Amino acid sequence: MNQPLMLTATQKAGPKVTAWVGGLVLLVLLAMPLLSLLPADNSFQVSAYTLTLVGKILCYAIVALALDLVWGYAGLLSLGHGLFFALGGYAMGMYLMRQASGDELPAFMTFLSWTELPWYWVGTEHFWWAMCLVVLAPGLLALVFGFFAFRSRIKGVYFSIMTQALTFAGMLLFFRNETGFGGNNGFTNFRSILGFGITEPGTRAVLFFATVMLLVISLFLGWRLARSKFGRVLTALRDAENRLMFCGYDPRGFKLFVWVLSAVLCGLAGALYVPQVGIINPGEMSPTNSIEAAVWVALGGRGTLIGPLLGAGVVNGMKSWFTVAFPEYWLFFLGALFIIVTLYLPKGVIGLLKKKDEQ
Amino acid sequence: MPTALYRLILACLLLLPLGAYANDANDFAAANNSEQAQLLESWAAHPTPGRVELINGLQQGQISVDGEVKTLRLNNRLRGLIDTALASHQLLAVDPKLRLNAAQQLQKSAKPAQLKFLDQQLAAETDSDVRSALSLALANLQLVDPDPAVRLAAVRLLGETGEPLARTRLENLLQPDIETDASVRTAAETSLAQVKRKLLIGDLLGQAFSGLSLGSILLLAALGLAITFGLLGVINMAHGEMLMLGAYSTYCVQLLFQRFAPGAIEFYPLLALPVAFFVTAAVGMVLERTIIRHLYGRPLETLLATWGISLILIQLVRVLFGAQNVEVANPAWLSGGLHVLPNLVLPYNRLVIIVFALAVVVLTWLLLNKTRLGLNVRAVTQNRNMAACCGVPTGRVDMLAFGLGSGIAGLGGVALSQIGNVGPDLGQGYIIDSFLVVVLGGVGQLAGTVYAAFGLGIANKILEPQIGAVLGKILILGLIILFIQKRPQGLFALKGRVID
Amino acid sequence: MKRRSLIKAFTLTASIAAMGMSWTLQAAETIKVGILHSLSGTMAISETSLKDMALMTIDEINAKGGVNGKMLEAVVVDPASNWPLFAEKSRQLLTQDKVAVVFGCWTSVSRKSVLPVFEELNGLLFYPVQYEGEEMSPNVFYTGAAPNQQAIPAVEYLMSEDGGSAKRFVLLGTDYVYPRTTNKILRAFLHSKGVADKDIEEVYTPFGHSDYQTIVSNIKKFSAGGKTAVISTVNGDSNVPFYKELANQGLKATDVPVIAFSVGEEELRGIDTKPLVGNLAAWNYFESVENPVNKKFVNDWKAYAKAHNLPGADKAVTNDPMEATYVGIHMWAQAAEKAKSTDVDKVREAMAGQTFAAPSGYTLTMDKTNHHLHKPVMIGEIQDDGQFNVVWQTKEPIRAQPWSPYIPGNDKKPDYAVKSN
Repeated sequence: MNQPLMLTATQKAGPKVTAWVGGLVLLVLLAMPLLSLLPADNSFQVSAYTLTLVGKILCYAIVALALDLVWGYAGLLSLGHGLFFALGGYAMGMYLMRQASGDELPAFMTFLSWTELPWYWVGTEHFWWAMCLVVLAPGLLALVFGFFAFRSRIKGVYFSIMTQALTFAGMLLFFRNETGFGGNNGFTNFRSILGFGITEPGTRAVLFFATVMLLVISLFLGWRLARSKFGRVLTALRDAENRLMFCGYDPRGFKLFVWVLSAVLCGLAGALYVPQVGIINPGEMSPTNSIEAAVWVALGGRGTLIGPLLGAGVVNGMKSWFTVAFPEYWLFFLGALFIIVTLYLPKGVIGLLKKKDEQ
Repeated sequence: MPTALYRLILACLLLLPLGAYANDANDFAAANNSEQAQLLESWAAHPTPGRVELINGLQQGQISVDGEVKTLRLNNRLRGLIDTALASHQLLAVDPKLRLNAAQQLQKSAKPAQLKFLDQQLAAETDSDVRSALSLALANLQLVDPDPAVRLAAVRLLGETGEPLARTRLENLLQPDIETDASVRTAAETSLAQVKRKLLIGDLLGQAFSGLSLGSILLLAALGLAITFGLLGVINMAHGEMLMLGAYSTYCVQLLFQRFAPGAIEFYPLLALPVAFFVTAAVGMVLERTIIRHLYGRPLETLLATWGISLILIQLVRVLFGAQNVEVANPAWLSGGLHVLPNLVLPYNRLVIIVFALAVVVLTWLLLNKTRLGLNVRAVTQNRNMAACCGVPTGRVDMLAFGLGSGIAGLGGVALSQIGNVGPDLGQGYIIDSFLVVVLGGVGQLAGTVYAAFGLGIANKILEPQIGAVLGKILILGLIILFIQKRPQGLFALKGRVID
Repeated sequence: MKRRSLIKAFTLTASIAAMGMSWTLQAAETIKVGILHSLSGTMAISETSLKDMALMTIDEINAKGGVNGKMLEAVVVDPASNWPLFAEKSRQLLTQDKVAVVFGCWTSVSRKSVLPVFEELNGLLFYPVQYEGEEMSPNVFYTGAAPNQQAIPAVEYLMSEDGGSAKRFVLLGTDYVYPRTTNKILRAFLHSKGVADKDIEEVYTPFGHSDYQTIVSNIKKFSAGGKTAVISTVNGDSNVPFYKELANQGLKATDVPVIAFSVGEEELRGIDTKPLVGNLAAWNYFESVENPVNKKFVNDWKAYAKAHNLPGADKAVTNDPMEATYVGIHMWAQAAEKAKSTDVDKVREAMAGQTFAAPSGYTLTMDKTNHHLHKPVMIGEIQDDGQFNVVWQTKEPIRAQPWSPYIPGNDKKPDYAVKSN
C-alpha cells in the first residue's frame, strides 16, 4: 500500500509496443479455434488438448482480471473468488446436466432416490435461465455479502479472512450430497450444449471463441473503469479511504459496484470453464484455489490490467509443464515463486518489464 | 449339547485341578471354533480356580499344550466368551479388586447358564462393593425369573444404575406381552424413568466435555497464531505447518526413544514438548529473519509469502518422511479413559490436552505480561517507531516474538499428534479454524482467543447432534461471518484511536 | 541374512539382465504407457505408492523382454489431486504422448473426470481401486472390487456366528459417492435379511473430519440396544482420529466390531494398532496371505522400495490396490501379447477371459463381458503388528456386479460395457 501503483499498463509502457503485442496475441487467440478445425494431419492444426488447455487458462485469466479489479484497484483482497467462479460453473453445469439427462432426473439424483427436482433446479433446462443464473447466483451473493461487509467497514485482513470463510462454507455445503449438486463428484459427463455435441471440434472452437471475447470485453470494461473518474475514486479508496470519506465520498457504493462486477465476471468465466474442462465440483471452492488466484495477480502485477493475465498464463503454463517434467518439485517451485514475487517483485512481472522500458 | 461334552465337563470337574488344566488346554486346542465357544460357555458357568492361568493365556491368544506354547487364531466371538469366562473365574479370586472388575464385566455379558454360580457367589461375598456389583449382574438375569417377587426386586435394582444396557433391558421388559405382572410393570416404568434421567445427565455432561475438548484443541491450534497474527500482524498462512512440524518432532522423539531408551518410551511426549517448541521456534525465527521481516506493514503480502512457505514446508516433509501418515502412538497413560458414569468416559488424552491448553495459555500470558520480553513485544506491536526510539531492539523482539508464536504452535502440534493424524497435510485442516478463532476473539487479545476457542468448540458440539457435523460447521461459519459484520473488531476490541 | 543376500542376488541379476536388454533394444522403439496418479495434494498419501508399484511392474515386464518385443516406457504425470487436471492430463497422455494404455486414478471423482476423455479418444484406462460400481465403460477395466465383491460378504460375515451375530448396524462413512452407494446397497441387503430400519443408523462426516467424540458416543448409545457392528467407509485420513477415539472411549472390538472397507496395510502404517486388534477389514488381498506368488510379490516390492530409496522403505507394505495395479498391468501386457498389438480395440477384445495367477493366491479372470475382475473376498482382523490375519475368505473368486441388484432400476442395465454417451 505504500507505493501508489500504476493506473494501467497501457498508460506508460509505451502504448505502441503494448498495442502491437496485444494485437498479435489477440490475433493468435482468435486464429486458434479456426486452426483447430483443420484436419489432424495438417501441420498447422491446433490439437483439442492445446485448445482446451489454453481455453482453461483464459478462463483463469478472466478470474485474475476480476480479482485485480477489487484487489489492485479497490484494495480489497478477496480470498473467495473461487466461490463465484464455481457458482457460475455450477449454474452452467446444471443446464448441461439437464441436457445430458433429457426428461429424466440427473443420474446423481436418482442415485439419492430423489423423485423430483428440488426447487432451485426449476427452469435449468432452458439455456437462457441458466445464463441468468450464471450472473445472478454469484452477483446476488456478492451483493448481499458486500452490502453487509462494506456497511460495517470490514476491510484489509478481516475482509480476506471473511471471504475465505465464505468460500470454505460454500465448499462444505456443496460437498454434501443432500445439497443437490452431486456432492464430491459434482457434475461430469456432459453431452451437449444447445443441441451441439460437447466434444465436437466446432463446439470447442465456439466455446474458445466465446472465452476470448469475454476476456476482451472484460479487459475493455476494466480499461474504461480505470480511466474513468470511478476508477480514480477506487484507487483513492485503496490508498486512503478515510481521506476520501472526508472529501465527501461515500465509499460503500463504489466498493459494492466493483465487488459485484468482479463476482459476475468470475461467474461468467466459470460458466465458460465448465463445458471446456468437462467437470465442476466443490474442489473449485477450496480456499487453496482462491489463494492461487491471488498469486496470479500478484505475480503479474497488481493494479494493471495486463499483469493478471500474464500471471495467470505464466503460473498455469508452468504448472502444466512442471507437473509432467518434475512432478515432485512442483510445490517447491510454486512456493518459491510466491516468496520471490512478494519479496522482490512487489509490482509483479509487469513492473519488471516496465523498468526495462524506462531505462 | 453333545453327550461327549458333558462327559468331558464331568471329567474336568472330577480330575485334580492340575490335570484338569492340562486336559482343558488339550481339549481347547483340539476343538474347532464352535466347540471352543461351547467349552468357554461351560467354563464360565462352572469355574474352577485351576483354570485361571489357562484362560489368562487364552486372552493373550496363547495356549500351552504339552509344555509347548502355541498361538491361537481367535475371533471376536471367542474373545468375548473368553472375557466372560475369565470374569467368572476371577470371582473366585482373593483380591476384592479383581472380583469387582469381574462382577462389572459380568453385568454386561453374563449368560443365563451362570445364574446359579452367581447366586452362590453373591451369598458367599463379603466385600460390599463387590456385593452390589454382583447383585446387579444377577438382577439382569433375574428379569426372566418365574417368581414375580424376584423380578420386582431385580427391576427395582436396575433402576438404581445409570447403565445404558439397563434401559434396553427395561424397555424390552415393558413391551406388550413380556411382563404380565402389573406391580412389576409399574416398578419397571419408574425404574426406566430413573435410568433415563441418569443417562440424560451423562449425555449432557459428555456433550459439555466434548465441547470443552474441541475448544481446547482449537485453542492450542490458534494460540500461536494469536501471537504471530494478532500481535505482529503477520498473516501467517504457514502457521498450520508449524503445528505439523511440532507433530513431526513428536514423531522423531518417539523414534529416538524407541531406539535408545525403549524403557522410558512412556514419557516421550514430555521430552517432545521442549523439542517441538525449540524446533518450531527455530524454524519460525529463521523464516522471520530471512523473509517475513521484509514484509512488516504489508499484511496482505505476508499472506502470499507465508503461503509459499507453507507449500515448501509441506512438500519438504513429504519428501523427507513420505506422503503417508506416520505413526504416533499414545503412551499408556494417555490411552483409555476415566469412567465417570456408566455412559460417560472421559478419554485421558483429551483430559490432558484440556489441562495442557490452559497451562500454555497461562504461561503465555505470564510471558507477555510479566517479563521484560513481553513488555518489549507489546511495545513494538503497539508502536514500532516509538519503541525503537526508546531503545527497544525491534528487530530482535520481532524475531523472538515470531519464534514464540511458532514455538507455541509446535506445542499445539504435540497435542494434536495425540488425537489425530500426523501427516504432511495436518496443518491445512486447522488453518482456517485458527484464523477464525483469532479474528472472532479480537486481534491482539489473548483472552478473546480463549473465549472464542471454547465458544466455537461448545457451539459446534451442541449443533452437531442436531443437524450433523457438516451443516453444523457451515452454520457456525455463517454465524461468524454475521458476527464479524456486527462487531468487526471481534469479541474483545482493542481500545484506541488509531486511524490509518 | 540368507534371504537378504538372495534378494540382493536376485535384484543384481535382474538389473544386469535389464541392462543387457536395454542395451540391445536401445535403438528399438518403445511402447509408452501412462501413469496417472496424484503425487501431490491430498490424495498423494494413497496414490504415490501405486505409481511406484506401477513402475516396479513395468520394470518386471521389461526384464522379461517387454511386450511384443518392445520395452515399456512409463510416462508419469502428476494430476495433483485436482479433478479437472485429471481430465487435462489424461488428454495429454492420450493425444500428446500417445500412450497405449493408462494406469491410474483412485477417487471416483477423478475417474468420472477422465471418463469422457477416454471415451472420446478411445483410450484405455485400468482402474485399480475398490469403488461403488454403477459404471461399466468399454474404455475402462476395473481391477478393484465392486460392492458385491467386498461389502456384502463382509456384512454376511458380521451376521454369522463367528462374526458375532450382529443385529444392529451403524453405517458410518465420509460423505461422498462411494460410501453413499455402498450404504444404499447395504441397507437394501440388510432389509432383505430382515433387519429393520430402526436397527440401521447411517452417519456421514465431511472429508478430513477429525473430531469423532459425538459419533463414537452415539455409537455407544446405539449399541446398548443389541449386538452392534460398525461398517465403516470412512475415508483414509479420518480413520486415525476415529479409531483413537473408539479405543479411548473404551469401545472394544469384542463389544462393537468395526469393519472397514478403506483401511489397509498402508493406512495402518500411520496408526498405533494395539488398541485396534480385533477390528476388521474386507479386501480382496492382504499382505499376510501365504502363497509363493505373494511371497515373491512382497519381497520384490520391499527390494524395489529399498533400491529406489522410497520414503519409509524399511516399513514398505503391500495392499489391495497395489495388488490390483500389479494384476492390471500384467493382464494388459498379456492381452497385448495375445492381440500382437497395443491397439485399444484389439487389446480390449483380448482382455476378455484373460487370467493371471495373482498374489492373492487365486487365479483371477477378467470377465468376458463386464470389464471387471472376478475376485475372492477376504476378511482380515487387525493384528498388533499392523498386518491382517485372514479370518474368513470365499472359496472361489466372485463375479462382479457393477450394477448392484439392490439398487432399483439396475435390472434394466445391460451386462456388458457400453459408452455412457
